Amino acid sequence: MKTLAKKSAIWLAYLGVLLGLPLLFDSILAITIFNQMAIAIIFALSYNMLLGQGGMLSFGHAVYFGLGGFMAVHTLVMIEYETVYFSIIYIPLIGGLIGLLAAVFIGSFSTHKAGTVFAMISLGIGELVAASSLIFVSFFGGEAGVNADRTYGPAFFGIEFFQDSEIYYLGAAWVFIATLFMYLFTQTPAGRMANAVRDNPERAEFIGYSARRVRFISFCAAGFFAGIAGGLFALNYEFITEENLNAVTSGRVLLMAYIGGLGYFIGPIIGAVILTLMNSLLSNYTELWMLYLGIMFVLTVLFLPRGFAGFIMMHRTAWIRGKLGSLLLPYLITGLPALVFAIAGVAMIEMLHHEGEVFHFLGIPLESANLSHWLMCTVLAAIAYLGCKRSLPQLREAWESANAIDEAGEEREAS
Amino acid sequence: MLEVFIFSTLNGLVTGLLLFMLASGLTLIFSMMGVLNFAHASFYMLGAYFAYSISLHLGFWMGLIFAPLIVGILGAVVERFALRRVHAHGHVAELVFTFGLAFLIEEAVQFFWGPDTKNYQSPDILDFPLFTLFGQEFSAYRGFMIAISVGIFIGLYYVLTRSRIGIIIQAAITHPHTVANLGHNVPFIFMGVFGVGTALAGVAGVIAGPVLTTFPGMAVVLGSIVFVIVVIGGLGSLGGAFIASLLIGLLQSYAIASNVGMPDLLNLVGLEFSRDHPLTDLWTLTLPQIAPILPFLLLVLVLIFRPTGIAGKREQ
Amino acid sequence: MMRLFSNTSLKLLLVSLLIQGSSLASAQEPIRIAFMDPLSGTFASVGNSGLKQLQYAAEELFNSRGGILGGRMIEIVPLDNKQSPTETQIQFRRAVSEDIRIIFQGNSSAVANTLNSTITRHNRRNPGQEILQINYSAVDPILTNEECSFWHFRFDAHAIMKLNVLTDYIAMNPDIKKMYIIGQDYSFGQVVADTSIELLREKRPDIEIVGNEFHPIGQVKDFTPYVTKIVSSGADAVITGNFGADMVSLARSIIDSGLEIPIYTFYAAYDGITATLGADGVDKIRLIHNDAGNPIPTQERLEYIQKFKRLNPDNDMTQHRITNALQMLVKAMEESQSTDPYDIALALEDMRFVNMSGEELWMRGEDHQIIQSLHISVHTDQNIVVDADNSGFGLLREYSVPAENTIMDHSCRMQRPRR
Repeated sequence: MKTLAKKSAIWLAYLGVLLGLPLLFDSILAITIFNQMAIAIIFALSYNMLLGQGGMLSFGHAVYFGLGGFMAVHTLVMIEYETVYFSIIYIPLIGGLIGLLAAVFIGSFSTHKAGTVFAMISLGIGELVAASSLIFVSFFGGEAGVNADRTYGPAFFGIEFFQDSEIYYLGAAWVFIATLFMYLFTQTPAGRMANAVRDNPERAEFIGYSARRVRFISFCAAGFFAGIAGGLFALNYEFITEENLNAVTSGRVLLMAYIGGLGYFIGPIIGAVILTLMNSLLSNYTELWMLYLGIMFVLTVLFLPRGFAGFIMMHRTAWIRGKLGSLLLPYLITGLPALVFAIAGVAMIEMLHHEGEVFHFLGIPLESANLSHWLMCTVLAAIAYLGCKRSLPQLREAWESANAIDEAGEEREAS
Repeated sequence: MLEVFIFSTLNGLVTGLLLFMLASGLTLIFSMMGVLNFAHASFYMLGAYFAYSISLHLGFWMGLIFAPLIVGILGAVVERFALRRVHAHGHVAELVFTFGLAFLIEEAVQFFWGPDTKNYQSPDILDFPLFTLFGQEFSAYRGFMIAISVGIFIGLYYVLTRSRIGIIIQAAITHPHTVANLGHNVPFIFMGVFGVGTALAGVAGVIAGPVLTTFPGMAVVLGSIVFVIVVIGGLGSLGGAFIASLLIGLLQSYAIASNVGMPDLLNLVGLEFSRDHPLTDLWTLTLPQIAPILPFLLLVLVLIFRPTGIAGKREQ
Repeated sequence: MMRLFSNTSLKLLLVSLLIQGSSLASAQEPIRIAFMDPLSGTFASVGNSGLKQLQYAAEELFNSRGGILGGRMIEIVPLDNKQSPTETQIQFRRAVSEDIRIIFQGNSSAVANTLNSTITRHNRRNPGQEILQINYSAVDPILTNEECSFWHFRFDAHAIMKLNVLTDYIAMNPDIKKMYIIGQDYSFGQVVADTSIELLREKRPDIEIVGNEFHPIGQVKDFTPYVTKIVSSGADAVITGNFGADMVSLARSIIDSGLEIPIYTFYAAYDGITATLGADGVDKIRLIHNDAGNPIPTQERLEYIQKFKRLNPDNDMTQHRITNALQMLVKAMEESQSTDPYDIALALEDMRFVNMSGEELWMRGEDHQIIQSLHISVHTDQNIVVDADNSGFGLLREYSVPAENTIMDHSCRMQRPRR
């Protein structure tokens, strides 16, 4: 009972955040970014159903997103020409159904095996669909894509969806519903078995489940929700192009899910938020944002194999034991030099990039021709590195003591 | 028609052998460590770029010698300090890591060399037509490419089957623990194989750079095709990779050279569609148009009907 | 412009995020113009080169001379659309958010089409907050034909106008009997192929089209198999609309095969391409373009280019139409004494303007298509005053068509907003 109340509180808070965000930040740009996030969250969560929960590494998940989106745009066009007549709020569902249809078809032969074989089939299908999308111009519209107008359908309680903010609330509703259903899916026997099959397909078969069937169900569900994300994309941008189903989009969703943290339900949400922010904000300050994204991704895979969510979850034990506070100072002592090291590194990368010109970095004018600037950055980086390295054992110690099983304490509790 | 056939065969051979140079390293790494290296084509690109930079100062031949060395060392470093670390988290993590690495290398290349096409030229000494057939020249440089590729194949084959080190490597693939117990340094062998594999990709980059143009997208263009070859050939099989490389090289070359398409097929069965037909894109499709995506079609078909590939033994 | 988290821009960002930018236009407030093109990624060099040219034009011609409209400066705001239609939509909303009313954009027709339909929709839904699209380079004909918009102005000749001149030039060469057309499999490549065939059939029925080939864009590793087909077809000339790496690879494969035939192109110069083609491409590669290359028509223009080159040694003045567009835009603002897109659009319609080369340009009011002279130049190192890529090679003019002879009919039925 208690857990149910706790869970409902989390979901209500989630709903509150979704509805409250545009009240806090109401510029057009902010709404644009929130809309992007909404789409990315559903898409990344659906990817997590494959990789995080089902253990299927896909390099072609954008196919379901894109196909759903294309059909959604075509439906919008049909609404415009009054071939069909219904409110556009149901458009994401159309996308979802198309995603599901594509997943049923492709999943019927690609989910035989997991692992490398599945990854390769997904890669091949992804490339095939992306290439075909450029060849079949009448449906995919070539590289310019397909356009539509969302304002022609019947008004929904007087809302005609002229503005992006109106779409945001529609998107938020869909995000909430989709997130809820994806969560509920993890609680169903099929969702549970997906985890079992991911971890040990043989054992799952021994207790009477067909690993292939379990994978197929997860795959279809993932395709369905990816299609919903595609439909939402169509509503938000009122167009879609082949780039939304090609390898770049497939790669991006992999990045989101992985950086956020596979295996944790909340992970892809974190990843979607981080990547959207990087994509839309960081790119305004530096041309090299893709380089930083690449570095961040590789570092995440190397040092945080469970992503940001995994990093947060690592602190569960310490939190439950009320020792999180004792970690704060060691974190600061190591974190600060690490931050300085990163900043100095970025400064040097930017200096290399801006060869022969003066540019401002955190308000400080830097120039690559000036040797003292190089010296300054190098010395700063070296000091920060040493500081980081020397404080690391302390952090480790603090970590261990915060997580160590305190026998005396346990006994006291018991008595 | 004959001249088209001959030249298509030659072109297919050049492409196929080039692909093999990449595929051989990739398949060697796979059979050793069980990881498909997504970044393999990125090392190929690095080879071309390093060779370009070296050739500016020391000429093409120095590039041919040193660029693969640098790439090989880089590969070994990646294996030693990164891949080995990720290995503990399983194959998916390894695959994702190499995927990230490919992404990072492409960005790094743009950072250091810029996004423009580089003016990387073949050496003047090979700047003559090897022979002229039906008015079309076959450049000496392409002959040189074939020679290098074949040389590498023979060398690799010889080392793996005849030399002591090759026997140890082969043993390490199947029985790593036994080999370790015999006193061999298995992690070091892994690092070496990864280094040699990436160096092979580097050689391919050095010799392909002048012909296929040196630009930041060159890894992406080739990357997934090499994957396709390794999978079609059968994961871990060097011979299979060789057959698959030539198969794909020739298949693409012939497909481009052909002039057939859906219209011919429709004519054959006596059907005709107007240009307004909703599926007009399908009815007007030609074989040359879809040539570059044929490998992916082949990949999907092979994986569905024979997941082990042409010569693969290993069940995943 | 690419400061990383500089204090002011961070504040600006927070402000723009927190409160919707309200504009209190004072006399001294700069006029902000967005430049929306790829500034990162594969196509970054073309975008950055265009940005530098626009910034230079604004600084050199207006800001350093006291600004416009009684002392207001022009501020160019770079927006990186990464050459992606999706990203273009996001950056468009950023421009709206920051109350920018004029957007320069040129690279990729797909992006231009997306921007065009986005702006049309936005302007219809938000009267009083209209945005103006200054297309300085996207050549898809539909932008000033079927899909024409009151809010879109094109400062480059569209593909069919260019092909019309190109086929005229080809038709004058009696040695050409067999033509091979090869291009990227997308809308521009198809427009080039279809139009070339149609026009050549009209102008030189004796020219046989021996090949009409499409290849996937950016997917071809090696063009040699295609060249084999070209050789065996016995072609005397090649037309291609390829750009970027596909252009370089194709040209080099043709040259490597020993084929001594002219290659007629749209984009085979600058941004590394000229340097890569180098001596091999001399007298073989020809380009159709506006803005006369070597010899430079006037001293004024030559000095303008040379000053740009001094300031940006690694870049070339590749697109003089950017300068033309900015000059005409400013003239429209001065004439209407307004920065409102509606007033500017009205003033731009049917504007006649003498540019730096001493040539009169005409912005046709019916479809918002610029009418100006077109030129065909050859890739060479002879008589080159202004070279490309600092390579010593450049474009030498061979054939020119005056503006009045480039005029073509249009199918634009423009919907004009009522005020």
